[in-house]
Amino acid sequence: MATKGTVNGIIANMVTLVVDGAVAQNEICYISLGNDRLMAEVIKVVGKNVYVQVFESTRGLKVGAQAEFTGHMLEVTLGPGMLSRNYDGLQNDLDKMDGVFLKRGQYTFPLNKEAKWHFVPLVQAGDRVQAAAWLGQVDENFQPLKIMVPFGWQGVYTVKSVVAEGDYTIYDPIAVLTDAQGNDHPVDMVQKWPVKKAMLNYKEKPRPFKLLETGVRVIDTLNPIVEGGTGFIPGPFGTGKTVLQHAISKQAEADIVIIAACGERANEVVEIFTEFPELVDPHTGRQLMERTIIIANTSNMPVAAREASVYTAMTIAEYYRAMGLKILLMADSTSRWAQALREMSNRMEELPGPDAFPMDLSAIISNFYGRAGYVQLHNGSTGSITFIGTVSPAGGNLKEPVTENTKKVARCFYALEQERADKKRYPAVNPIDSYSKYIEYPEFEKYIAGVINDEWIGKVNELKTRLQRGKEIAEQINILGDDGVPVDYHVIFWKSELIDFVILQQDAFDDIDAVTPLKRQEESVNLIIDICHTEFRFDHFNEVMDYFKTMINLCKQMNYAAYESEEYRDCQQQVRALVAERAANV
Amino acid sequence: MATTAFQKIYTKVTQITKATCSLKATGVGYDELATVDGKLAQVVKIVGDDVTLQVFEGTEGIPTNAEIVFLGKAPTLKVSEQLAGRFFNAFGQPIDGGTEIEGTEIEIGGPSVNPVRRKQPSELIATGIAGIDLNNTLVSGQKIPFFADPDQPYNQVMANVALRAQTDKIILGGMGMTNDDYLYFKNIFSNAGALDRIVCFMNTTENPPVERLLVPDMALTAAEYFAVQNNEKVLVLLTDMTSYADALAIVSNRMDQIPSKDSMPGSIYSDLAKIYEKAVQFPSGGSITIIAVTTLSGGDITHAVPDNTGYITEGQLFLRRDSDIGKVIIDPFRSLSRLKQLVIGKKTRRDHPQVMNAAVRLYADAANAKTKMENGFDLTNYDERALAFAKDYSNRLLAIDVNLNTTEMLDVAWELFAKYFRPEEVNIKKDLTDEFWKNQPQ
Repeated sequence: MATKGTVNGIIANMVTLVVDGAVAQNEICYISLGNDRLMAEVIKVVGKNVYVQVFESTRGLKVGAQAEFTGHMLEVTLGPGMLSRNYDGLQNDLDKMDGVFLKRGQYTFPLNKEAKWHFVPLVQAGDRVQAAAWLGQVDENFQPLKIMVPFGWQGVYTVKSVVAEGDYTIYDPIAVLTDAQGNDHPVDMVQKWPVKKAMLNYKEKPRPFKLLETGVRVIDTLNPIVEGGTGFIPGPFGTGKTVLQHAISKQAEADIVIIAACGERANEVVEIFTEFPELVDPHTGRQLMERTIIIANTSNMPVAAREASVYTAMTIAEYYRAMGLKILLMADSTSRWAQALREMSNRMEELPGPDAFPMDLSAIISNFYGRAGYVQLHNGSTGSITFIGTVSPAGGNLKEPVTENTKKVARCFYALEQERADKKRYPAVNPIDSYSKYIEYPEFEKYIAGVINDEWIGKVNELKTRLQRGKEIAEQINILGDDGVPVDYHVIFWKSELIDFVILQQDAFDDIDAVTPLKRQEESVNLIIDICHTEFRFDHFNEVMDYFKTMINLCKQMNYAAYESEEYRDCQQQVRALVAERAANV
Repeated sequence: MATTAFQKIYTKVTQITKATCSLKATGVGYDELATVDGKLAQVVKIVGDDVTLQVFEGTEGIPTNAEIVFLGKAPTLKVSEQLAGRFFNAFGQPIDGGTEIEGTEIEIGGPSVNPVRRKQPSELIATGIAGIDLNNTLVSGQKIPFFADPDQPYNQVMANVALRAQTDKIILGGMGMTNDDYLYFKNIFSNAGALDRIVCFMNTTENPPVERLLVPDMALTAAEYFAVQNNEKVLVLLTDMTSYADALAIVSNRMDQIPSKDSMPGSIYSDLAKIYEKAVQFPSGGSITIIAVTTLSGGDITHAVPDNTGYITEGQLFLRRDSDIGKVIIDPFRSLSRLKQLVIGKKTRRDHPQVMNAAVRLYADAANAKTKMENGFDLTNYDERALAFAKDYSNRLLAIDVNLNTTEMLDVAWELFAKYFRPEEVNIKKDLTDEFWKNQPQ
């Protein structure tokens, strides 16, 4: 008998219910309002009074309205048919909803019940399997997806039977498993999982080390992120967070990209809807949309569902990781999620922590980032969830709770800077403050030595040192004046400007410059390092600026030229000729 | 709002604060309207049979035995063609002496557009102001505020933009506007002969502040009517959103909510987003574009209102008085239109993106040179040229009194590049310089 409740209080989307039976924290219930059923989640229980957050507008709700509990937490439905779908924060398929406007209480099924999938078994009768073991494979958008033993099943099962290769719908049984007690359990292609519980069906979680190529130079070259790594992008508004995030999600070398648009602008989501189907995945040549799932809870959608949206996205990512795939999960922006927590905490009249955020914000953030990672599955395959979140710090001040708590757990830090954005130096990633902890991992060093060479890390560190030195000199010049410092200082400064303009800055709106393959990045770095190692002879600081401006201009033309095209080679030669012209040691 | 025979009348108010009053009542819906001695109020909190009402006009003079009648509906607006050319107060009642509107009564603050049903904005809104069209191009379906100090001429610029833009309807939502500014808008619209495409919802400084909480939803409900029913291009002007936020803070304070940054309610982001996200390009051709004003205190954009606004809107426009030319300009550094990438170089000439960036970069060089000069350092020849360029650029393109089409703006930019710089200093793709670099007339 399901527990029932009666509405006794309403403040915005927080409703108190008086219940007649047992309820669980985070349990889902539906409140009746006319013909609509409003989904809500338990967030606090005080005796018979249960506080729920409603995932919809509560306009018109009255005391006395009835609610029915479901006996489970907020779940997602996992199975083939999720790729290229657009979901809301509760995994409702947005394309299946009627009309231009969202209707309250409209919930749509996330998968397709009619579609048939070509199933190829991977086990035989008699095989012994446990939760998350691969029973078979179906292809969706050319991705080999696994049909797995439901994640929540305990113990070891014996495969009693498995269907022959053929076409099946998601609810056709594809296998029967026998548990240790001899009971039979049929399995189909669908399973459910509560979003707030991490899925732990893997053998171990080693330190991640494989570079995840993004085609963004300031990331791949200077602050690399790895498969299964975590990173975050804080930045005041207008510094290009979204552009950078979109660039990464378009270009990253991942099997599946999940974008959680969490409390952000609807037009940004529309941009993804509009552009991704037209764009081609640079690694597979297929449509970008085919590997993408969008979880959209835009800023005007109900606040409580915003909190759910990041968990929904993470759970879907975990599902694919258990298939041995490389997932990139992007959440824009985790600050909006934290604000949703703050709104609820405030309505529950909890004692506030810093900036009125809930006291356990730090734990919530670190638990969430902890769900990402590179894992070894029980069958020896590996899978990964790389997670990059953006943070929108209030007033652009990085000393605020969300940024500070995220910094403790994320291993890559891409600090977007107002000053760089004002100067139109995009991506506005601050080269001095930003970091990737992975570059210090010996595992990564070994890996990158295999992919590029063992001098690479040394070169990257030299670039960073030079940028730092350039900044120091710029400050000195500001204080002492152009002629107050030796001409050599100007050369060092302009060498750092060269690194800035040619490697750091990248035009996300230019077809060619937007994506730089690793090989090309290596060539650019080598060229720039060579120039930096060249000693130049100048008599006056004015000459330095003119000379390097010409050089930068040439290098930029090179960046705009197609890789290894005639124009590209031509620019390279011109640069080398220009270097030779001024080099002191030739 | 006459009471009908079936409505229950309550006469026992249990609690009164400056903005709210409470009573014991049953069968009341959340967000429902009520009248308290004839004053409009809305349900903001229900706990058992304790109902708290937010009284829009303020609670001055409300007695503990006030007559309270629940109206059984959320705030509504009657929409029809008759709205065009009319002026209303925050409740949607005419203030121009005209008759009541007849039409369909719809609840304000209605549902959001399903994001997958939105169309990507793609139509440029030309204003003739180069600081906007060249550097921060507006697109229909966009939401963008002016960030301005109270003494800056934002209302004038906004009125200019509204009148020059090719739109079917202009809806003005005034919140805490001075009566003088209200009359200014009324005059300039009627002088331009544009009154038939104006709808105005006005809360002036003479009206109670809490009333203005209704203004954006009223304006946007009217906008949705014209954009959805008639597929019209609607421009909504909201001024000033900081006054709106102040009213939110008042109510949340009276309800004993824990304030977050700058005494604003913790939900300020969602509250503002609900309004701004009504900007949309509908697939059927209609669109709602929002141009708002957020007044700053001493130019501080880290305050919670401009800060949260910046994260919601698709860019922002800054006004600044340029002392070198003695005019107000659109600040090219801090202003931004996020949607400009959708139209520049596509709906405008192909050199637009690069010219825009190059000009701003050179203007930044001039700003550095100016700092050097102010610190008493010698200027290089390049610095001097950059400064001269900046003055011309400011005067001929950034000033708010400019009125050119985009092609003319681009030509002016190329002319200025050639006048002061060599092509390699301007750093533009070679094929563009080959085509557009102007040989300076000797």
